[in-house]
Amino acid sequence: MVDALTPVLSAHWDSDRPWTLESYEATGGYSALTTAFALSQDDVISMVKDSGLRGRGGAGFPTGMKWGFIPQGPEKDGTVKPHYLVVNADESEPGTCKDIPLMMATPHTLVEGVILTCYAIRANHAFIYVRGEVLQVVRRLQRAVQEAYLAGHLGTDIHGSGFDLDVTVHAGAGAYICGEETALLDSLEGRRGQPRLRPPFPAVAGLYAAPTVINNVESIASVPCIVRNGADWFASMGTEKSKGMTLYSLSGHVARPGQLEAPLGITLRQLLDLAGGVREGHQLKFWTPGGSSTPILTDEHLDVPLDYEGVGAAGSMLGTKALQIFDDTTCVVRAVLRWTEFYKHESCGKCTPCREGTWWLVQTLSRLEQGRGEESDLEALLDQCDNILGRSFCALADGAVSPITSSIQYFRQEYVDHLENGGCPFDPARSTLFAPAEALA
Amino acid sequence: MTVSTGPTDEAGPLDATTVAELRQIIARYPQSRSALIPMLHLLQSVEGRVTARGIEMCADLLGISAAEVSGVATFYTMYKRRPVGTYHVGVCTNTLCAVMGGDAIFERLKDHLDVGNDETTPDDGGGASITLEHVECNAACDYAPVVMVNWEFMDNQTPESATRLVDDLRQGKEVRSTRGPRICTWREAERVLAGFPDDRADDGPAAGPASLLGLRIAREQGWSAPPTEHAGGTQNPKEGS
Amino acid sequence: MTVTKGSTDVEKTELVTLTIDDIEVSVPKGTLVIRAAERVGIAIPRFCDHPLLAPVGACRQCLVEVAMPDRDGNLKTMMGPPGRVKPQASCTLVASDGMVVRTQVSSPVADKAQQGQMEFLLINHPLDCPMCDKGGECPLQNQAMTNGRGESRYTETKRTYPKPINISAQVLLDRERCILCARCTRFADQIAGDPFIELVERGALQQVGIYEREPFESYFAGNTIQICPVGALTSASYRFRSRPFDLVSAPSVAEHDACGAAIRVDHRRGQVMRRLSGNDPEVNEEWITDKDRFAFGYAVQQDRLTHPQVRDEETGDLRVASWPEALMVAARGLQRASADGGVGVLTGGRLTVEDAYAYSKFARIVLGTNDVDFRARPHTAEEEQFLASSVAGTALGVTYADLERPSAVLLVAFEPEDEAGNVFLRLRKASRERTRVYSVAPFTSRGLHKMAGTLLRAAPGEEVAVVETLADDGDLALDAGGVILVGERAATTPGLLAAVAAVAATTGARLAWVPRRAGDRGALEAGCLPTLLPGGRPVAEAAARVDIGAVWGRTVPAHPGRDAAAIVAAAAAGELGGLLVAGVDPVDLPDPAAARLALDTAGFVVSLELRASEVTERADVVLPVAAPVEKAGSFVSWEGRLRPFEKVMRDSHALPDLRVLAGIADEAGVDLGFRTTEQARAELAEIGRWDGERVEVPRVPSGDAGRGARAPQGEGLETESASRERDHGSLRGSQARTSVQVEARKLAPQPAGELRLATWKQMIGDGRMLDGDVYLRATGRPPVVLLSSGTLAGLGIAAGSIVTLHGPSGSTTLPVAVADLPDGVVWTPTTSETAGWVRSSAGPVVRLEIPEGAGA
Ligand SMILES: Cc1cc2nc3c(=O)[nH]c(=O)nc-3n(C[C@H](O)[C@H](O)[C@H](O)COP(=O)(O)O)c2cc1C
Ligand code: SF4
Ligand code: FES
Repeated sequence: MVDALTPVLSAHWDSDRPWTLESYEATGGYSALTTAFALSQDDVISMVKDSGLRGRGGAGFPTGMKWGFIPQGPEKDGTVKPHYLVVNADESEPGTCKDIPLMMATPHTLVEGVILTCYAIRANHAFIYVRGEVLQVVRRLQRAVQEAYLAGHLGTDIHGSGFDLDVTVHAGAGAYICGEETALLDSLEGRRGQPRLRPPFPAVAGLYAAPTVINNVESIASVPCIVRNGADWFASMGTEKSKGMTLYSLSGHVARPGQLEAPLGITLRQLLDLAGGVREGHQLKFWTPGGSSTPILTDEHLDVPLDYEGVGAAGSMLGTKALQIFDDTTCVVRAVLRWTEFYKHESCGKCTPCREGTWWLVQTLSRLEQGRGEESDLEALLDQCDNILGRSFCALADGAVSPITSSIQYFRQEYVDHLENGGCPFDPARSTLFAPAEALA
Repeated sequence: MTVSTGPTDEAGPLDATTVAELRQIIARYPQSRSALIPMLHLLQSVEGRVTARGIEMCADLLGISAAEVSGVATFYTMYKRRPVGTYHVGVCTNTLCAVMGGDAIFERLKDHLDVGNDETTPDDGGGASITLEHVECNAACDYAPVVMVNWEFMDNQTPESATRLVDDLRQGKEVRSTRGPRICTWREAERVLAGFPDDRADDGPAAGPASLLGLRIAREQGWSAPPTEHAGGTQNPKEGS
Repeated sequence: MTVTKGSTDVEKTELVTLTIDDIEVSVPKGTLVIRAAERVGIAIPRFCDHPLLAPVGACRQCLVEVAMPDRDGNLKTMMGPPGRVKPQASCTLVASDGMVVRTQVSSPVADKAQQGQMEFLLINHPLDCPMCDKGGECPLQNQAMTNGRGESRYTETKRTYPKPINISAQVLLDRERCILCARCTRFADQIAGDPFIELVERGALQQVGIYEREPFESYFAGNTIQICPVGALTSASYRFRSRPFDLVSAPSVAEHDACGAAIRVDHRRGQVMRRLSGNDPEVNEEWITDKDRFAFGYAVQQDRLTHPQVRDEETGDLRVASWPEALMVAARGLQRASADGGVGVLTGGRLTVEDAYAYSKFARIVLGTNDVDFRARPHTAEEEQFLASSVAGTALGVTYADLERPSAVLLVAFEPEDEAGNVFLRLRKASRERTRVYSVAPFTSRGLHKMAGTLLRAAPGEEVAVVETLADDGDLALDAGGVILVGERAATTPGLLAAVAAVAATTGARLAWVPRRAGDRGALEAGCLPTLLPGGRPVAEAAARVDIGAVWGRTVPAHPGRDAAAIVAAAAAGELGGLLVAGVDPVDLPDPAAARLALDTAGFVVSLELRASEVTERADVVLPVAAPVEKAGSFVSWEGRLRPFEKVMRDSHALPDLRVLAGIADEAGVDLGFRTTEQARAELAEIGRWDGERVEVPRVPSGDAGRGARAPQGEGLETESASRERDHGSLRGSQARTSVQVEARKLAPQPAGELRLATWKQMIGDGRMLDGDVYLRATGRPPVVLLSSGTLAGLGIAAGSIVTLHGPSGSTTLPVAVADLPDGVVWTPTTSETAGWVRSSAGPVVRLEIPEGAGA
């Protein structure tokens, strides 16, 4: 039986200066390179396939399979295009806060993963696209890459393997949409971060129209332990179709928020127990399983296994495992309106349903939140959502309607209460971290 | 892009060092245009915002039109059209932080600094000005409510702590990020984002308490990932207990 | 026949079969579903989709329900998010075998999805259709009627912008009407290569914008107005002037260049209100130049001639006359002049082929002369020989379609963006695929830059040497798969046309001559040259004269005629008795001063003109003629393609030149044989093309002393510096491929301050065809003096300084900009001030003067 918590990625976060090369190497860091270089590239891909690692960026696409899509050998016209790895370190999905602490504490895990991945997919240049609004993380990444170069883990003929690799740390400039992989590519090419048409898929024509793998930070950082400890070891954690350990982020109205690294399939009830439960004196009201783009769940779902299948069956998505916990002091309409404002602000503007739809949703929701309107407006609101969901160019807009439709599903009466009350029945002060004790009572 | 002409809009060309550094950025990429986003960061570090001559310089160096540059410069929220103060104070008001107190903090700071969103306090001669802005989720939800100063984390804020924070900044007192180094100026921060490190990577802790929650519990409970076949499997954290 | 690489490989078009609303349709592989639906008459609503732009899938209006067979052949509807049908954008979806598509016609899901998008588009769209230029012809309005929901559920405030903003002098943008389909920005980027409009801002605030200091000055900007699916882009000259339903539309052909672009003329009560691009996939696709679109006011200026005039013998002034009187006076005078030394005929480059034919025939049978020339520009005997050998009577040669696929295109003395806009657009399209463009030119022009072309740098006079090296230039790889486009300016460099013809012969590359004016190629076909009769028949060939004589029922004069320069010289010398001048301006002629003298000296001058000019001032008889919209006719495009058009202004009584000439002929007692355009066209068709012996191709004189000499080291090769300087010619820096060093003839160095002039006319210059169109003119590229950075440094001045160029006749004062020119060469556009400087020599020498205080 695997333990409830299985720190692997986070295992050294409390070491002394774990971000340094010295510290990382002292815990066996970069030893996976030797293992990998002794294998063929395809064997490394097979190993990752066998491990069952699925992308940790939200969609859960099998990582090894994604690597396998990269065309090998010359193109049809005989030219050989370079391959690229792009690490998605844009972490901006509301509630998501796992990649940032990982890169802050042990950036070398990511760098080692980058080297292994590039070796496997035959790429000689990797980019780490990190959101710009995290200065210290950018510094640590820059430093880690610099140290890796100096130690010969990067550059030409790495450890005598004949394999060359350059890594560029690229800081973004503030746009949630740039987490969407094709928008990220446009952004990395110095353009407006708007998603690209697919096909062609990045594996065929990605960065600079060359075959490109895009993976989340946690996905790539999970590669060294797989190479080091084997696919079976990794697959021994987790559930049947959702293998391995992962970082769950618990935030909000919970006694002790934070990161908990556990095998996929743990439940919120277990995690909450470990974190000391919901804020004292309060009940769990609603939560997101994987960021604001995943439909909210309620206390009915405390025992849903937090893996791709389990959360899917409960009508939501595992997403980024960003568990945002809201207790009974929280107004769901206010929460949903704020998320919707986020999507409106972050809509890239390219497609109609997202650009115009989120604009309209905000107006409708504001009205409802202020208690103006009629119950039939909820139907109109749901119909707007229906005209957005699955009609937009990329998944941002799908995410935008998730909080609305799911909140009306579970808390319709609360919307009605706003209308009947002529405004919000909640006191926002009560939900704050610093709420006075009397307010909490 | 509408570029207001301000005091930083000197008519003359950019200084040679900046131009040389812009070229250095270009050299990092297989295709020059990829350099645009870091180039704009660098220009902000020099000029305090995106200026007309900055846009034109990027267009010149990259061989693209100024309209293309301005299309990019106006897309990203970190690029500023009006001069930014010495410190950029971003209060997260995305749902979770807002509920946890971000809204109250933002209201208090607006009041205290007497500025609106995306406005800058006048430089009263005493040195530091502050640009206040509410920001979207900054990937620190387990430290909510969060305030960012020049994109450094200031975790678990309250209206009172945030007021103290901005007062200290304005008075030139040393302020340290809860998970980072001593706060530098916004322009210095922009320079780092452009890819010119400032040697502060080693400052600050590895992780805040929330980040270590699971690890601490695991250590207490003696939990770990399954043992590996390899002797001395270094990924096995049990050794630490 | 030469077998060419590009054009003969017949691609087997593989078909796929799908059903759309239960109708089966087979389409070529790669066809988009939205187009497959068009084939079976199903119109899927759309906004961002445009067949000539790369698909983008942004507006989401074209959603359809799609099912595809899975591996086992079971139909699977495309789903997602879980449990929901996910309609697909038909403008980005490629049709595949077995696909089952349901549009709004048969799928409630698709219908609802489309209505939903329409509703979203309308929430922020102003309800100003009644006062919008696009009202009545607006895709958004139309599709909202057919596919939208009746009532708006949107009750909040709409997004507004201060309106409208000028994105150029000619184009205005109403941002609140814009639905952000990005057609305009994609056109600017993908087609014109002028990305001066861009999407700016983000999300709900996203909008089309310019960078303030760099407006949307593109020669093709007007196309964005036409493809805008709403009334967001409007033209300053047309805004609020008319309503679509008040307009009468007629197809026509643009008269501003040799491209033969199809246009649509919209008029109301005898006035042209606007012009649009026609849709002719073989010629201009759906694009025209701004000149073609906006320059039509010239025909309705104050100085438009309306009545015949004759010079009063007593007062010496022109006075209005009746047509019969004027025709009679003209006929008498010409007959007299004919007997008294002869009459020279200058026809210019703006005539229809039918009108040109009338002059050609009139000269021969009424005036009994071969002194006829259409070339109102520098010309040579070499050119005449080249035209006779390689162009006239060769029918359809290289076509637009042929420009899309060649391996390499070589441009010689030809600047397509300025001189033939649609050729430029095709070449740019080709260059975005596999075609590489090379240009023998003095510097990397903006146009060349946009075609990612390679400059084969040549100072004026060096072109021959450069061209001669190309036959075996491995990099250029000019072979049977290549195309050479040579411009009319080649005539100004002795030996250049011969060299070009020789390179074409050795490499097998196909050759086309691209003149500037709409009537040039037609005039050539009509025989408006001293040595050529209609259909490319050499005057010198007895059989050719007999041929034509048989049709005309007259003997054709055998005596070779004078060319335009010789006609002018002879008239100036008093050798000619008279001149018959069609729309030619003295400034167009190689030597304007000589032309004026000729007009003054000639005993009798007849002018057929649209508007009062320097010629009419000096004419004895002035006969007003019809503008292109007032008559039927045909132009012949540079390809050799006949581009007929009908009379647009049906009520106009203005007479075409041929009708006036027939009248004069009648008075002279000669039957011209036709009185209408149709008759002239039929007669010309009957004559057909010459199938006899052709004139030999001109040869490069052997033993040319300068050949093979190397250009001085360092001259010509510029890589870094060219891209770093903000040179005028290119769009900020240079993506153009590095220029190639070629062996070039070394020219005698010029004394300090003297420079060799290279020049051509910019598309939007100061010509009379732009009169009245102020907004258009304001979008032109301001004239500058271009110099190399080396020359600039030598002169001790900086870019932006004002200098004066002194030419052989007159001077011009302009600011200086830097370009990758050879040292010692200056470029400035040909304007009315400098037109007279260009002689048939290797670039005239001009002197540059730096006014006091301009030095650095
Ligand atoms: C609107 C939007 C935002 C996204 N943001 C992120 C992000 O910040 N980080 C991330 O890794 N993936 C993000 N994704 C998912 C990426 O598109 C992509 O699926 C992922 O990076 C692939 O990596 P993985 O296979 O390792 O998960 C986002 C997707 C969408 C639609
Ligand atoms: S859904 Fe549309 S507008 Fe929204 S981010 Fe994606 S492409 Fe942009
Ligand atoms: S026409 Fe298909 S998305 Fe716009």
